Amino acid sequence: MKLKHTALIGATIAGLLATGYAVAASEQFIGLPSYRVGPFGSNGASLYGGWIDYMAMVNERDGGINGVKLTWEECETEYNNARGVECYERLKTKGATGNTVFQPLSTGITYSVLEKVAQDKIPMVTIGYGRTDAADGRVFPWVFPMISTYWTQASAIINYLGTKEGGMDKLKGKKIGLLYHDSAYGKESHAILDKLAAKHGFTVEKLAVANPGNEQQAQWLQIRQMKPDYVILWGWGVMNATALRTAAKTGYPREKVVGVWWSGSEEDTIPAGDAAKGYTAAGFNVAGANYPVVQDIKKHVYTKNKGNMEDKERVGTVLYNRGVVHGIITVEAIRKAQEKYGKGKSLTGEQVRWGFENLDLDNKRLTALGAAGFMPDLKITCADHEGGGKVKFQQWDGTKWKVVTDWIEGDKSVVRPMIEESAAAYAKEKGITPRDCTKEM
Amino acid sequence: MLYREAGQFKASYQEDQQIFPIRQDKLGFIAILGFFFVVLPLIASEYWLQAILIPVLIFSLAAIGLNILTGYAGQLSLGSAAFMAVGAFGAYNFILRIDGMPFIVALLLGGLCAAAVGVAFGLPSLRIKGFYLAVATLAAQFFIVWALVKFPWFSNNSSSGVITAQHVEILGFAFDTPVLKYLLTLAIVAVLALVAKNLVRSTTGRGWMAVRDMDVAAEVIGIRPMRAKLTAFAVSSFYCGVAGALYAYTYLGTVEPEGFNLDLSFKILFMIIIGGVGSIMGSFLGAAFIVLLPIFLNVAMHALFAGSMPAGLGSNLELIIFGGLIIFFLIVEPHGLARLWQIGKEKMRLWPFPH
Repeated sequence: MKLKHTALIGATIAGLLATGYAVAASEQFIGLPSYRVGPFGSNGASLYGGWIDYMAMVNERDGGINGVKLTWEECETEYNNARGVECYERLKTKGATGNTVFQPLSTGITYSVLEKVAQDKIPMVTIGYGRTDAADGRVFPWVFPMISTYWTQASAIINYLGTKEGGMDKLKGKKIGLLYHDSAYGKESHAILDKLAAKHGFTVEKLAVANPGNEQQAQWLQIRQMKPDYVILWGWGVMNATALRTAAKTGYPREKVVGVWWSGSEEDTIPAGDAAKGYTAAGFNVAGANYPVVQDIKKHVYTKNKGNMEDKERVGTVLYNRGVVHGIITVEAIRKAQEKYGKGKSLTGEQVRWGFENLDLDNKRLTALGAAGFMPDLKITCADHEGGGKVKFQQWDGTKWKVVTDWIEGDKSVVRPMIEESAAAYAKEKGITPRDCTKEM
Repeated sequence: MLYREAGQFKASYQEDQQIFPIRQDKLGFIAILGFFFVVLPLIASEYWLQAILIPVLIFSLAAIGLNILTGYAGQLSLGSAAFMAVGAFGAYNFILRIDGMPFIVALLLGGLCAAAVGVAFGLPSLRIKGFYLAVATLAAQFFIVWALVKFPWFSNNSSSGVITAQHVEILGFAFDTPVLKYLLTLAIVAVLALVAKNLVRSTTGRGWMAVRDMDVAAEVIGIRPMRAKLTAFAVSSFYCGVAGALYAYTYLGTVEPEGFNLDLSFKILFMIIIGGVGSIMGSFLGAAFIVLLPIFLNVAMHALFAGSMPAGLGSNLELIIFGGLIIFFLIVEPHGLARLWQIGKEKMRLWPFPH
């Protein structure tokens, strides 16, 4: 009796474990280094939720990519570099062909695995974060800081302020405050803003906020003394809402505060309450649930109760939609790679890398995907791993984000040479010979 | 019966004072070393080596460092992560700025930098004790991280303050695969752990323990508290510094000052509390517990509840169970895992005749 009992339990456990491996013959595995706890947990939950929902929708609506089902597994990183590396190693060999793509949504983790991805031949896509000079694909073949890097974004913000003033020459003599998160992420803004300040003749006043940023009285009192014409908010997580509240307390008009895209989500403005009204932020995707792609997710995923978001109200928020953008880019890259390496096949990371490098999402394709106006058009090449470089600006009206500009482009003539210079320095330090892009196919 | 010591006679003081006076312990330890040095590199996968074993070893070293200061010398410190950062950035700058700097020398010099900084921040310990000292070391934690971010020289003017560790090469031999990195880390940790074990059994170590138990009495019997406290800070910071350099060179490859934050200091403090305050072995057990348990919980959650539970709930549940287990262990055995092992060993020595 006892033996039988034990055998039964053993069989049950074996069955439980085996279900994880009993997958369809063709699958494409995507490892998700997500974070749902910790100071940035709510941001991670929205973004990875949107991404998972998009992949679930592709599986439900189209039966996968040319019949290849998408499978995925999450690994909790807690936004911590060491845990991120553990997740990277854990996810690396899962699935039929190993991990397809690694997108950690953390600049720190990006740096930690930067060299590993090249060894393991797994592409790393960092949409709107990560190492800026990786946009030079000749030096960083495996890293794709897509849509827009921090530097392009900073330049786009300055261009936006220029149009607001009525011309770039009007920026001369202006004073712009930069309130940044005191970390690798926040410091990415310095070099480019100094350069642009020299070019356009404005001055930059840099104010650091220590992590996590829930105390900013001193910084805003300084801002009140300096009276800058604009303040660029370069924050993340709890720092953003605190900045808006403290700005209101010290009487700095929020209309003059411009946030970067990691400062411009509902998670930042709703906790700030009325203090957020009038605040503008950049974004490479917009908010709203009325786009066909989000409607499709609702129709194919949420009506079947398969949605990933616990709070359905958050479908269509800025970060959720950003997750959908991650999903679209990942799926389209796999689709592109299948055109070359065989439709309906599971592809390796190396093959999908080719898909990313030859990704071309023009407006026609975006319309077909139901994402026209939702995200900018994007064309990746061997040399340029950034692609678009366009952002839209949205203003918070107290209840929702309202798009106030069309796509605004960064100043590539300033940014690109900086990227190439920095990448060349890295290549020299590491002894990398840059690829010759004329020979790549 | 398992631990039969009949017939093991000690005929000299030397024999009586060795680290493992019981033969079974010695053989067991050699077997464990053999397992970690020979068997594991052969059977363990890249994931186990790179993502599990290397960090456990590195954190064990940092925990030994903190244990010397807190467990043996009785000086509470919250700055261990900052001393790790000094070691990492120190080793980086030595290799970067001096041509042909050997890796091991850079590692030791990085540790010495940390030791020097540790002594500087240990000076307040001559006047203040307990929680007040903890707050003073907290200043070290924030000051060092701030300084590394503030002065771009430390990170070779990297725009974001991130440093990328150079390739590890010893005598022309490149340590570039996970197995080699693991063996290198293991060798360094093993040697330093042996040094630490002997240090705490020596005059220096006994001086630390005397100061820990009662500094006035220690002074009366002829131990100089200043010297004991500052050597404890120096040795402790040296260990943390070497651990930090290994963290950068054999584990992550790139580090930023922000990574060595207060959370990491607390994590190391938890390691020695869980493992056993005042025990070298406890440092290893504690580090293994704190590093492995969250990963184990994450994997177990996925295996058991994949798909049937909202992902956010799963992640939060892991933290709840982790915290619960820490409290459980502290209630069941406040002296840590090392004490559990000690009790188990005593029982085995008497078994099967406990009376």
